[in-house]
Amino acid sequence: MTMLERTPPPAEQPLLDVKDLEQRYTLPRESMFKPAAQVHALNGVTAQVMAGRSLGVVGESGSGKSTFARLVMALERPSSGSVSLMGRDLNRLPADELRRARRDFQMVFQDPYGSLDPRQTIARIVAEPLTALGRMDRATLRERVSGVLRQVGLRDADMDKFPHEFSGGQRQRIAIARALITQPKLIVADEPVSALDVSVQAQVLNLMQDLQDQFGLSYILISHDLAVVDYLCDEIAVMYLGRIVEQGSPEDLFAHCAHPYTRALLEAVPRARAGGVRRRGAQRIASQSTGATGCAYASRCPLADQHCRETAPPLRNVGRAHLAACHHAEAVMALPSVAAAG
Amino acid sequence: MSDTANAPLIEVRDLGVRLNTSRGPAQAVRGVSFSLRRGETLGLVGESGCGKSVTALALMGLLPESAVVSGSIRLDGHELVGLSDANYCKLRGNRISMIFQEPMTALNPMHTIGRQVAEPLRRHTNCSAADARREAIALLDRVGLPDAAKRVDAYPHQFSGGQRQRITIAMALACQPDVLIADEPTTALDVTIQGQILDLIADLVAERGMSMILISHDLGVIAENVQRMMVMYGGIVVESGATNTVFTRMGHPYTQGLFRARPRLGARKGTRLQTIAGTVPELADLPSGCTFADRCGIVEDRCRVALPAVVDVGARHGVRCIRTDVSMAETVGAVEHDHA
Amino acid sequence: MSTPLSASVDVEAVTARPRLATGFWRRALRHRSFVIGGALSLMVLFAALLSLVWTPWSAYEIDVTAKLRPPSATHWLGTDVLGRDIVSLLLVGARSTIMVGVIAVSIGLTFGVCLGLIAAARKGWTEEIIMRMSDFTFAFPAVLSAIMLAAVAGPGMVTSIVAIGIFQIPTLVRLTRGSANAIWAREFVLAARASGKGGFRITIEHVLPNVLPILIVQATIQFALAILAEAALSYLGLGTQPPQPSWGRMLNDAQTLLFQSPMLAVYPGAAIAIAVLGLNLLGDGLRDLLDPRLARER
Repeated sequence: MTMLERTPPPAEQPLLDVKDLEQRYTLPRESMFKPAAQVHALNGVTAQVMAGRSLGVVGESGSGKSTFARLVMALERPSSGSVSLMGRDLNRLPADELRRARRDFQMVFQDPYGSLDPRQTIARIVAEPLTALGRMDRATLRERVSGVLRQVGLRDADMDKFPHEFSGGQRQRIAIARALITQPKLIVADEPVSALDVSVQAQVLNLMQDLQDQFGLSYILISHDLAVVDYLCDEIAVMYLGRIVEQGSPEDLFAHCAHPYTRALLEAVPRARAGGVRRRGAQRIASQSTGATGCAYASRCPLADQHCRETAPPLRNVGRAHLAACHHAEAVMALPSVAAAG
Repeated sequence: MSDTANAPLIEVRDLGVRLNTSRGPAQAVRGVSFSLRRGETLGLVGESGCGKSVTALALMGLLPESAVVSGSIRLDGHELVGLSDANYCKLRGNRISMIFQEPMTALNPMHTIGRQVAEPLRRHTNCSAADARREAIALLDRVGLPDAAKRVDAYPHQFSGGQRQRITIAMALACQPDVLIADEPTTALDVTIQGQILDLIADLVAERGMSMILISHDLGVIAENVQRMMVMYGGIVVESGATNTVFTRMGHPYTQGLFRARPRLGARKGTRLQTIAGTVPELADLPSGCTFADRCGIVEDRCRVALPAVVDVGARHGVRCIRTDVSMAETVGAVEHDHA
Repeated sequence: MSTPLSASVDVEAVTARPRLATGFWRRALRHRSFVIGGALSLMVLFAALLSLVWTPWSAYEIDVTAKLRPPSATHWLGTDVLGRDIVSLLLVGARSTIMVGVIAVSIGLTFGVCLGLIAAARKGWTEEIIMRMSDFTFAFPAVLSAIMLAAVAGPGMVTSIVAIGIFQIPTLVRLTRGSANAIWAREFVLAARASGKGGFRITIEHVLPNVLPILIVQATIQFALAILAEAALSYLGLGTQPPQPSWGRMLNDAQTLLFQSPMLAVYPGAAIAIAVLGLNLLGDGLRDLLDPRLARER
């Protein structure tokens, strides 16, 4: 259903199949006598990624995009729903098999300073996914490490250094090398360039694209930056308060977006150009509280009407491989497109 | 005051800052000059370690004691370089205010927001506690905090990130400063909130006739929010001019590199981003001559001999590069097309 | 106000990154409290080692005819009420002091660090039980548990060592759990989990090495506390038994003669003060030297 037109015949099994994923967290009790409050971090997310293709997940803080990443990585158990990689439900695998299955999916984190243990050498850090799989002799290990370090543009001599001897961009290369060492099929990258300087950001994004071309990797790229996701991904899911509100190819999403939230995101991106004057939105305070019923975005939406506040819109087809969860999707698509380039 | 609105409110001449780093002394800022009249806005763009934040801290007199500041900073004709800390305290929060990147750390978690907004008022003006509180509520209301009168006694953790930034803006504005310095005020916020906060700052600046210095790493934020801009790299200003002029035709290879390196929405698939080779240099070991020489695509031997002088490439558009004939042969920049 | 803080943070961001490992000793030798603390601690250690091979007089030989002598060329600091040489007593006393300290702190570290690491790794009920048990132990002062132990096993050096060791555990559990929790929250631990490492390996490979500097520093402080506790127990007659000398017992013996010869109390008191001060300064120094954030400010 969510597959794109260019996807291979439907007989082929998707690399990653996420079905109806929900995650609730219980908040600390405020009172002994009241039931503990719960937050719905993820509210029924369904997505598929075919081998060699990439999914971008866009959203602001609190949208559940990082929870989604952790669930795909099987770092948490979902409250309900399933995550299947190559047909295997990760949450039903025995611990030992899950550990072995992890060679196929690896992760790159946001903070290049926090994601590398300051007391370990680069060789140890990069080798970690291999050593987690089982014993391996030192010479082979170092050979593998030197191989991936070269792939990400670092040198053999860097193996015995410590993380603090590298700049932010180099550290992110090290983190990518660590994810690559098991030759995974899927890399989940949670805001991989948002902590980097603009000039370095471009180097890392180019590297990620090269690696994809070279190894046929799939990425799940989590980001708040639409342009970054557009650059690397074949399909984009826009999340808002734990739900996917719009999903489709970057071309569809940016040329004629169907959800008012996607539109708001597009309009909010500052444009680097002469004579650029920001479109001024209403000075409305974003309240992210949800009513019991109705569309979660209704309180911020300029198009919201009574129907929106009463009935939650389902995610539905608004075009070929283009889904949106909005009663007024057609009206939004009819609006003049947000000038994209810039 | 009486001198007319044409005299510069703040005038910086040849500002230099020397910092002590763990790798020895470093010239964090060199030869920064600009002047701002009342109501004007100036943007500082650059990457980490380019000296933009150090420049802001120098204006605020907030550098560590070991820092050596040279040159001149004049506020309404009064020299600020060498001013005692006690005298600087009378200016900070009163005539010059600053908004920081992290609203979380800029607010004291143990005090109510009302108290924190009222604090500069109590310190710099002799108004009563009740007046200060009333003024604090009015300010919080002005910055768009919902139910300001009710929530004035709440604590910072009870607000969202965007609301907290509104509170720090109210704090910065309490004493009606002449100069507002905003150091990456929206970097920690979501995109949709970012626009609201920038709108608010723009409104307040216009409303109160303040001068604003906006610091950002984001060329888009600069393009949309300030009249003039300066691009900094390695502690020096490499390009400066009216924002529209600079964005129409960028002169310095670094500005051009920054502009081209950004991933752009709707760019054709499969195109590679143009990168700037290498990494941002450490301040302690900047190259001699042009600070950008090691990463520049059109570098020549003479670039490394001495720091290039500023070349005028247009009306009040200065570029610190000796190869503008090459760098500007091709137009780099973008102009908003009227899509009416 | 937070402005000065932000200023320092910003400046830090633009300064060069530090090199952690290089020049540890060079920095150490320039650190005043580390040097003074190290010298004082070494002095105590040297006294204890010296007593194994040489003391001016025997510390056990009683010569009532030579009791309460003032300092002289033969007895440098005089003699006590049983005619024993004070210098010899102090030297031998250093031995039991250090022994009690080392063994008690080892007990405390072994149990405290293990339990703290387990609590941080397992969370949930395991953590709850460990923490409540350590709170329970914490509620009993060392003296009280020593009295209870002495009632069962009889007073003596072993009893006092065990009592002091148990008394050390809760502090170390709390500290270890707190620091380990902070490490568990770091992204590199998440990265290790994502590559399939379990709680035990993460604890050994990532958590322990990162909390170790904090533990080393705390150990020196615990050592000082153990010396004080040993002195207190010996003073109460619950610790080292005669004729084995210890600084606490010397204080205890001096008590009855406080007005006749006050110096008898001053010597062991000064020895305890020197040892405790030395270790505290050493701990302060180590904390500064091992903290990467402080290291960058020279």
